Amino acid sequence: MNKNYQKIKQDFEKLGSWQLKYRELMLLGKNLPSLSDALKTNDAKVAGCESNVWLYTGFAEDETTVLCTADSDTRIVKGLLYIILTMVNGLTPDEIAKLDIADEFESLGLAKQLSESRGNGIRAIASAITQFAKAH
Amino acid sequence: MSKVESLRKDFPFFNTSDVVYLDSGATSQKPQCVIDAIAHFYATQNANVHRGIHQLSQNATSDYESARKCVAQYINAAENEIVWTKGTTESINLVSYGLTPHLSLNDSILISEVEHHANIVPWQQLAKRTGAKLAFIKVDSNGILDAKCIKEAIKQHKPKLLALSHASNVLGSINPIQDAIAYAKQHNCLTLIDGAQAFLHLAPNMKQLDCDFYVFSAHKALGPTGVGVLYGKYQRLQELDVFQSGGEMIEYVTLTHSTFRDAPGKFETGTPNIAGIIAFTAALNYIKAISNKELREYETRLFKYLIKQLQAIDGITLYGDLEHNIGTMSFNYKNEHCFDIASLLDTYNIAVRSGHHCAQPLMSALSVPGTVRVSLSFYNNTQDIDQFIFALKHAIEMVSE
Repeated sequence: MNKNYQKIKQDFEKLGSWQLKYRELMLLGKNLPSLSDALKTNDAKVAGCESNVWLYTGFAEDETTVLCTADSDTRIVKGLLYIILTMVNGLTPDEIAKLDIADEFESLGLAKQLSESRGNGIRAIASAITQFAKAH
Repeated sequence: MSKVESLRKDFPFFNTSDVVYLDSGATSQKPQCVIDAIAHFYATQNANVHRGIHQLSQNATSDYESARKCVAQYINAAENEIVWTKGTTESINLVSYGLTPHLSLNDSILISEVEHHANIVPWQQLAKRTGAKLAFIKVDSNGILDAKCIKEAIKQHKPKLLALSHASNVLGSINPIQDAIAYAKQHNCLTLIDGAQAFLHLAPNMKQLDCDFYVFSAHKALGPTGVGVLYGKYQRLQELDVFQSGGEMIEYVTLTHSTFRDAPGKFETGTPNIAGIIAFTAALNYIKAISNKELREYETRLFKYLIKQLQAIDGITLYGDLEHNIGTMSFNYKNEHCFDIASLLDTYNIAVRSGHHCAQPLMSALSVPGTVRVSLSFYNNTQDIDQFIFALKHAIEMVSE
């Protein structure tokens, strides 16, 4: 795990209430670079979300580590995307395939965000990234 | 405390939950008498209907048919004009399916931009089956449906059928259906009114409205889920093709051919939601005991209070008709996404709905991805609204950081 993700984990472990968690998520979301409108295509859209979520899976210039980009039109989901991308970017597909994203969200205290009824698309994003990793 | 305000105590939900429930447009809370009626049926009366010679089954059948009479009386219709369904969506599907042999290539079906997907998609499917065209009545920039536009659309498209909601599920706006129905009649156009949102608040009278079909769900009107009503003028019901087929709806069956019962029997196949239907009688009796005038006065007062509080917040946009309204309000704060606002409200135990509310064409007309919707009912009070406004102000602070 990279340092940035460790830092997020430490910060989140301290947050008790959902108000504090959402606040932190919205602040983190501001660090997520926005996708240009040209990249916000229907093909890149993750289905089943109450908000729009776009995801691109791929490799970094080193051609061995994964580099995903994503964006959303809501602040909270942007924060959740920032966490996932910080978690997986820079890892090899093998490392990601071994990663249990649901477990990570559990220890971040954000398990609720991965539940099927949330409709925020995070579950679909996590599974798309895992599938990409397993296919490479 | 007004008489209506004191009714909140009849709803056990409010004694057991801290949630400020402002999502009655999705489903209403249930009074104790409805919950009791369900338990009572299963504990003491459980039997199937129309099938047994034994006393228990006859009692169940008699209560089941009494429920039909109860609905009929409440909406000023005849018993044989009431079809039990599992909800508004099934009622609309039943009509749209039943009309299949009556429509063809050169016909058109008229709906509006304000409709819930349940009053859009079944008509798209009917159009696909028959080759008929689907035509639309536009809303204004606030999402309001104007009587003049409805008339013009009827004149222009000469539709075979006009399907309109009595009140918008997103905006709460009460649509000018009385005018629309009268005008449609003059042009030999059938009318279906989606009363899912309006039924509880507006106590519709079928003789007065004079529409051909009126549909609603029990669960939005204090009753259980899984029960709906299709009202249809008897002759109109008789003319519809059967929707689902099987046991109970038949007169006589051979291996190759069957004859069907008259309406409403020909639409009711399989074992119905007996406990739910009987419990809906309890809900209707509860509603009947409240003066609709007092209920409307109370709800309107509450709604005005909500509007005043929301308008006092800088950056809030309200949509829809604030005057003719069942007590449902859609809003947005600046360009913030309704998902964020509703998620933050949830952390304060405020239950509102957010998103496109199954009305994507209306969202397009309003040029927004979604709204936050507050839907009130008579069991809400000003404290609920105060708690909501308190939470909303905090949510706004958080997104503005």
